[in-house]
Amino acid sequence: MLLDYGAGNIRSAEKALVRAGLNVKVTDRPADLDGAAGIVVPGQGHFRQVMEAFDASGFREPLLGAVAAGTPLLGICVGMQMLLTGSDEAPGVAGLNLIEGTARRFEVAPGQKVPQMGWNSLTPVGDSPLLRGLNTPAHAYFVHSYYLPRDIAVTSGALSEYGVSFWSVISQGNIHATQFHPEKSGEVGLALLSRFRRNVLEPNFT
Amino acid sequence: MLAKRIIPCLDVQNGRVVKNVRFFEDHRDAGDPLALAQRYEAQQADELVFYDITATFEGRKLMLDVAAQVAEHVMMPLTVGGGVNTLADFRQLLLSGADKISVNSSAVRTPQLIREASDHHGAQCVMLSIDAKRRAAGDPQGQGWNVFVGGGRVDTGLDLLRWAEEGQRLGAGEICLNIMDADGTRAGFDLDATRAVSQAVDLPVIASGGAGKLEDFRDVLLGGSSGGQADAALAASVFHFGELSVPQVKAYLHAQGLPVRPEWHDGGAA
Repeated sequence: MLLDYGAGNIRSAEKALVRAGLNVKVTDRPADLDGAAGIVVPGQGHFRQVMEAFDASGFREPLLGAVAAGTPLLGICVGMQMLLTGSDEAPGVAGLNLIEGTARRFEVAPGQKVPQMGWNSLTPVGDSPLLRGLNTPAHAYFVHSYYLPRDIAVTSGALSEYGVSFWSVISQGNIHATQFHPEKSGEVGLALLSRFRRNVLEPNFT
Repeated sequence: MLAKRIIPCLDVQNGRVVKNVRFFEDHRDAGDPLALAQRYEAQQADELVFYDITATFEGRKLMLDVAAQVAEHVMMPLTVGGGVNTLADFRQLLLSGADKISVNSSAVRTPQLIREASDHHGAQCVMLSIDAKRRAAGDPQGQGWNVFVGGGRVDTGLDLLRWAEEGQRLGAGEICLNIMDADGTRAGFDLDATRAVSQAVDLPVIASGGAGKLEDFRDVLLGGSSGGQADAALAASVFHFGELSVPQVKAYLHAQGLPVRPEWHDGGAA
């Protein structure tokens, strides 16, 4: 179930998920989350606008309910930051608070430009089902100014470096997310989405 | 570590790729934007840039189809530029599947376009492309480069560095710099101009124009006082002619100690 709440490049994400072998349904109806095998939350833009659009679409409560019931979730880009308590981009705006923490802004420094735009490498930490057996070095395509600091506590994922060390992938129980855009990350993106299907979604049915 | 990007650029006219197409070995697909996009995706190019060089309304519509078709089939960042004059043009191209939109002459004409597009869609999707040329010796403005528009035909008198700074202030997320003195010469990128722009702004800078050999890519991406300090290098003919391939450029840059995204394939494990 790919959520369409008006903030995200739905079409690219949809094509990539299909290419990874997923059976995708795009929906703007919160009721559809009931019984979904998995939920993908894209996100693009300013944290405030994204959260407002998400809340206005009525997805918040059904999503939190589904995640509490164990439905696998995959957040993409701002869809990852949405899982947090909040973001420095929009202080006071409530994230979904599925992961405790606040998204921070990259510092502009000599030789460091913000937003981070381009291909950065992933260093796996622990055993995220999204990264299992992934050849390294692996690079993914990032476009973002805010990030999840590495002191945010999650079970596994991947770290990347951009002036600071930040979470580029997280996995915590049934909650998964990537800061980069798997749908723009070529073979690495495809490998990750395929693993979401094989290691997260399909074991739920066996 | 963020990798230096290698970006093939495709010129599109009336929905077909026009530049140097006759040199492709596969004539059947020579002018098909999708086939070329897929070729460069297979080579693991870091991004693709499409410039619409069509002037007609029909051509513009075809460009939207091209963007949609390419976005549908390739999993890589896609920039579209050429003839983007209004916020409506921006929206249309983004809806077609482009990730970034390049503006050039229209931004000089209407700088607020950068601001509005950046506010509406985010800085990350506004690429300011600049065509510039070194000022003649004895120019009252002194040494430096002037910004040109209209496909390089009109000297605006604007100073390159001032315009780059203004573009950043207005909300551009990236600058693509084409130095006309170098363009098409294959004598290498203009390192002085690229370095000057890289130092003037805090935005990623894509160097364009002049790529001829492997060393040119290294020189423009290298830091320090002799390198171009660019974040990405864009080239058209050397890739289209098949003189250099993207993997070849990246292997060379890697050997030279520059961070690039190496060729990657899934081991299929797990």
